[in-house]
Amino acid sequence: MSILVNQNIRLLVQGITGNEGLFHTQQMLYYHTNIVAGVSPGKGGDWVLDGKVPVFDTVKNAVEVTDANASVIFVPAKAAADAIFEAADANMKLIVCITEGVPILDMMRVKEYLSTKNTRLIGPNCPGVLSPGECKVGIIPGNISIPGNIGIVSRSGTLTYEVLLSLYKAKKGVSTCVGIGGDPVKGMGFTDVLELFEADAKTDAVILIGEIGGNDEEAAAEYISRKMTKPVAAFIAGLSAPPGKRMGHAGAIIEGKTGSAEGKIEALRNAGVQIAEFPEKLAEMV
Amino acid sequence: MKLHEYQSKNLYAKYNIPIPRGRIASTPGDARQICEELGGTVVIKSQVLVGGRGKAGGIRLVKSPEEAEEAATQILELQIKGLPVRKVLIDEAISIKKEIYIGITNDRINQKPVIIASGNGGMDIEEVARKSPDKIIKININPLIGLRDYQVRDIALHIDLPRNLWRSLNDIVFSLWKVYVDSDATLVEINPLVITSENKLVALDAKVVLDDNALYRHPDLADLRDLDAEDPSEIAGRKFGVSFIKMNGQIGCMVNGAGLAMATMDVIKHFGAEPANFLDIGGGASSEKVAAALRLIIADENVKAILINVFGGITRCDEVAKGLVAACSEVQPRVPIIVRLVGTNEEEGKRILAGSSLIYVDSLVEGARQAITLIKESA
Repeated sequence: MSILVNQNIRLLVQGITGNEGLFHTQQMLYYHTNIVAGVSPGKGGDWVLDGKVPVFDTVKNAVEVTDANASVIFVPAKAAADAIFEAADANMKLIVCITEGVPILDMMRVKEYLSTKNTRLIGPNCPGVLSPGECKVGIIPGNISIPGNIGIVSRSGTLTYEVLLSLYKAKKGVSTCVGIGGDPVKGMGFTDVLELFEADAKTDAVILIGEIGGNDEEAAAEYISRKMTKPVAAFIAGLSAPPGKRMGHAGAIIEGKTGSAEGKIEALRNAGVQIAEFPEKLAEMV
Repeated sequence: MKLHEYQSKNLYAKYNIPIPRGRIASTPGDARQICEELGGTVVIKSQVLVGGRGKAGGIRLVKSPEEAEEAATQILELQIKGLPVRKVLIDEAISIKKEIYIGITNDRINQKPVIIASGNGGMDIEEVARKSPDKIIKININPLIGLRDYQVRDIALHIDLPRNLWRSLNDIVFSLWKVYVDSDATLVEINPLVITSENKLVALDAKVVLDDNALYRHPDLADLRDLDAEDPSEIAGRKFGVSFIKMNGQIGCMVNGAGLAMATMDVIKHFGAEPANFLDIGGGASSEKVAAALRLIIADENVKAILINVFGGITRCDEVAKGLVAACSEVQPRVPIIVRLVGTNEEEGKRILAGSSLIYVDSLVEGARQAITLIKESA
């Protein structure tokens, strides 16, 4: 079992004819992910990857023909917000935006708009979601993980792979690995994903990988101490990082003391979370 | 990207936000002349991209052109928090009845814009926020609807603004919101916005920070970047598309991904050494980029060993290996280089490294331990 993505997904790839879109569509197909369509404006009617995936000009058109219910986005940063709006208006249940460098004002508008929709967004600037043995949406390497009962939620990309590899070496399996992305304004946060893991019958323990900045880890700590019954282990990157570049007085007024690695570690520890001193230790803790 | 005060004020002026009369000078002679033109008392303000200018002696009130020349001479010799002062802003002095704080920024906790205001503006605004949070008003703005008139009235009431200035505040706050939206700013700040003795509102200071990801939409603003105000190695990093921050330790780092880069530094620290830098080569790095990154690290004389940690996903290990071998044959590094490469095309990468002097390790922890051992042996 898994959260968010499984073998029943009907996945559409926005930006399928670009270099990254095409390469990772191939990788997702190798993983037997059910990809039903691609979208690339101006290339409608083509087929890619030896005729395996039909390409449409618009998401609306692709959904009419293929009944896609989820989208993964590889379009350039300039077009990313538009791609998310398009997918949301076509009633995608899940949108995973891999694109990095999306302007923050665009994302704040997207986020406000999605609050009126029945759509979940993951990302942008994220590696996507992997349910080992079932489905891969995004760019997380599929060959370093086996199915199992550990849920992973992470703000980082390659650091997540590091943890996946150490679990793999310890022969421990993963239910679902969710990379929520590192941008300040994004779709699902730690707490949203923890709620899903808490409700998932096949997840018995959760690994949380955080980093300095923002207050998402602090919010997660509060949720864990109030609602979570499953054990959580965490690594927070950035203890050695130089003090962050502050955003005028306004940043200090809004974020107060939140944001430092020490503060996050303390909040999580107080919520009963085991803290790993370095990433490879997480595999011993769950 | 941060704008200087004078650049921020120019931007505000385009939106009809009232600012003091003033001009920028880069020599004491210019400062004298501008003071003469403005007449009367002026303020000479150092233009550097850090806070705390006043406390560092970088802001002076002077009463004559002679004094202006002398003060500008001194300020232009200052270094404030390590940054040399290359320009001063000469503003007419304004007599102040009250200082107000107004700022708009991205509230990452609520994931939408927020406007912050206080009737206790000025240098100690953060202290006010800590000790008397009730003196600060924060209002989230729906980014799809935008700022509304009633929100400005809420602010006016909270800061106890005289009624005859409400219309003026409304104009200023709406202009500030427009600056924020039109330039994709992540911060627009006026601290202080003052009530003058003539009962007018004037922005005495201005701070604008722009979203780097949105600069492509604003080539005119991107051109305002002041390269003098930045660390040269960080500029070089940006030129090659890598993110580089210099630190003070002995172990240079090269990693793909910011989270893994920080974790690599944390592991070094955990085992008792200090990282010399943060360096993220990003995703899909080419061999040229890897070579440029290595040169950046080696340029730091404190570096006694280098730890390279690459987890290939989009990034291909063979590309990284090629870049490393090419860079090593060119720069002949004087310190040991420890490499940990896993993921996409790992075997090919290892094969390329096999004939070189690079030290190959299997895990991050092993890499950090090796680097520390080698430093101790060479000491």
